[in-house]
Amino acid sequence: MTYSKLVGASALAIVVAGAATSVQAEDLTLCWAAWDPANALVELSKEFEAQSGHTMNFEFVPWPNFADRMLNELNSGGKLCDLLIGDSQWIGGGAENGHYVQLNDFFDAESISMDDFAPATVYAYSTWPKGTPNYYALPAMGDANGWFYRKDWFEREDIQAAYMEATGDELREPQSQRELLRIAQFFQGREIDGKTVYGAAIFTERGSEGITMGATGALYAWGFKYENEPGTYDMEGAVNSAEAVEALEFYKEFYETATPPGYTNAYMGESLDAFKSGQVALAMNWFAFFPGLYADPTTGGDKIDFFVNPPQNIAASTLGGQGISVVSYSDKQDAALEYIKWFADPEVQAKWWELGGYSAHNAVLNDPGFVESQPFAGDFLVAMEGVQDFWQEPVYAELLLAMQKRVHDYVVADQGTAQEALDKLIEDWTEVFEDEGKL
Amino acid sequence: MSDKTADRVAAATPTHIARKVRGLSDRAIAWIFVAPTIFLLLAINIFPLIWTIRLSFTNYKANRINREPEWIGFRNYERILTDSDIWLNMQATAHFLFWTIFFQVLIGFTLAWLINKKFKGNDLWTTIIVLPMMLSPAVVGNFWKFLYQPQIGLFNYIIAFFTGKDPSSFEMLGSVDLAPWSIVIVDTWMWTPFVMLICLAGLRSIPDYIYEAAEIDRASKLRQFFTIMIPMVLPFLMLAVLFRGIENFKMFDLVVQLTGGGPGSTTELTSINLKREAFEKWRTGYASAYAIILFVTVFGLASIYVKALNKVKER
Repeated sequence: MTYSKLVGASALAIVVAGAATSVQAEDLTLCWAAWDPANALVELSKEFEAQSGHTMNFEFVPWPNFADRMLNELNSGGKLCDLLIGDSQWIGGGAENGHYVQLNDFFDAESISMDDFAPATVYAYSTWPKGTPNYYALPAMGDANGWFYRKDWFEREDIQAAYMEATGDELREPQSQRELLRIAQFFQGREIDGKTVYGAAIFTERGSEGITMGATGALYAWGFKYENEPGTYDMEGAVNSAEAVEALEFYKEFYETATPPGYTNAYMGESLDAFKSGQVALAMNWFAFFPGLYADPTTGGDKIDFFVNPPQNIAASTLGGQGISVVSYSDKQDAALEYIKWFADPEVQAKWWELGGYSAHNAVLNDPGFVESQPFAGDFLVAMEGVQDFWQEPVYAELLLAMQKRVHDYVVADQGTAQEALDKLIEDWTEVFEDEGKL
Repeated sequence: MSDKTADRVAAATPTHIARKVRGLSDRAIAWIFVAPTIFLLLAINIFPLIWTIRLSFTNYKANRINREPEWIGFRNYERILTDSDIWLNMQATAHFLFWTIFFQVLIGFTLAWLINKKFKGNDLWTTIIVLPMMLSPAVVGNFWKFLYQPQIGLFNYIIAFFTGKDPSSFEMLGSVDLAPWSIVIVDTWMWTPFVMLICLAGLRSIPDYIYEAAEIDRASKLRQFFTIMIPMVLPFLMLAVLFRGIENFKMFDLVVQLTGGGPGSTTELTSINLKREAFEKWRTGYASAYAIILFVTVFGLASIYVKALNKVKER
């Protein structure tokens, strides 16, 4: 072999080796909201990096801007995210607009069975059209809206006596929405350890989804339905039923009589702040935050306890949580699918729960030790049995913003009646579905 | 010297190039210079405007790329103009526009008049007064949110100090009655210095001899104010009103940070509503029609105003 041939062969070998390396090791970007579980996922993903040789990058966007930022990214065919843990309501748009890769063939090839995951999470996070075996995501983070309270205050004899005197009842974890309100009203403006405290931190945010997520906690518990028959878009009598009106009036009363002053535009962050600063006795928030709340040195540990959204006419909770999808505009879909395969592994799922993520895998949820593993684990299981989600239509954003407006106008701005708010909501939603050709 | 250089350059230019250059008329050279600007203007301003007008007659949605947009004529315009909620947004915008301009002109002119007086520390005061204007609207919105906080906000405590009310008994951002005024206060705080600077420029452009002549004619200070100062500052003041009017018509960042359009839709100005329609609901066709309506409104009002301004200047 001449010298020039040797150099040529060496160069070719280097190029081939380089190409092989670049196929094996990719720089993957996973997009999600910036919150506690995201930090847990960063920790968890280090194992994937070590196993696969791929590098994981993360793009975490604060919740109020998450939908705006990510939906803009998807609508413009952006390549920022290879993997996206998108909100449950995006699944319709993600599937119909071609943003998400359909995962059926991949699941079949890799023997990933959706039967291994909690049915409510598969239905909510993975399927489109709803309930059909067309999967666009793997359930990544189970979540629901729950409640937590100052256990140390509830256990104080002077406070228990005062509550008994005021209401004639025992102070305990509320068993109904009405009892919840009574307890919150009892604490409203009460002096505890020389400090004025307030009833509860609820969601009242106007800009993104806050007040809808909060108010539906009451609406679902009263038996609210979006349609008379699923899939018909027949909303008259369902959305504005007598129960729905009562529930919305209840939420307004809650806002007016049992929340801290200035609590007009509050969502997750504000709820956490109000509780951690010792301002409120109770607060609503997503289960995702509960590990952090329990670990809080000031108000966590023995001072906190958790409960599922109390029933009224029925037991129901507002669904949170997300599935993980592969973005169809990504050039690294193979590596992204590799991540999903790794993430679906029961051992990884067990570690995910251990680190603070909410696994939806049956192997984790049905483990005999699960309920005792965290003080809120049992509540999480109960909540997930009764979760209900907002519309997941491709036009969900229009539907959501209409509800944000109507509910905020009524609850916070005190305009009109609950009946009018829900009637107008039907008008708004009807217009949206007519534009979509579904009505 | 320069002629010689020009001659040398002309002599050194190859004949075929020189012939070509000589062949260009003044008009052609002018076009060569103007063409890039015109091209950019067409690409960045005119084309999007025409495209927006076209989209406004369709039901196009930018997030539904698979769906063919339909031509729906004037339906978007009809919907917008007959939507009572949009008229409420227009009212909120008009309230914001009128009162911010009113207070900014009143306070801005007064400050300019005071600053125009020669006193020690004049420059320092001018610098201090213009500080709010130099801040980012997002920052201003955020810290005023804290100032308005009913439990810890300084604003509430100051009002409570003077009125004897409980500081947490009123909510500037959460009350339907107070929220529209809360955004007026913040915008006035931030942008009054701008009006002041323009008025100051106007005041300093009035030559001293005019006042001296008025003094000789024994004109009172009040008469000097109304017959010299106001007429001569008026074009400047009108310019400030024009700038602030256009700016506040499209106000977005400050109000979003402060109230997010709430409570309810009380402070949802048209620009906030338009952003929600265009980039949250993705009703691109509808939002295009909305934008055209707002554009025509601002353009129409500004044109009338500029004509009035020119008349004042001609006097």
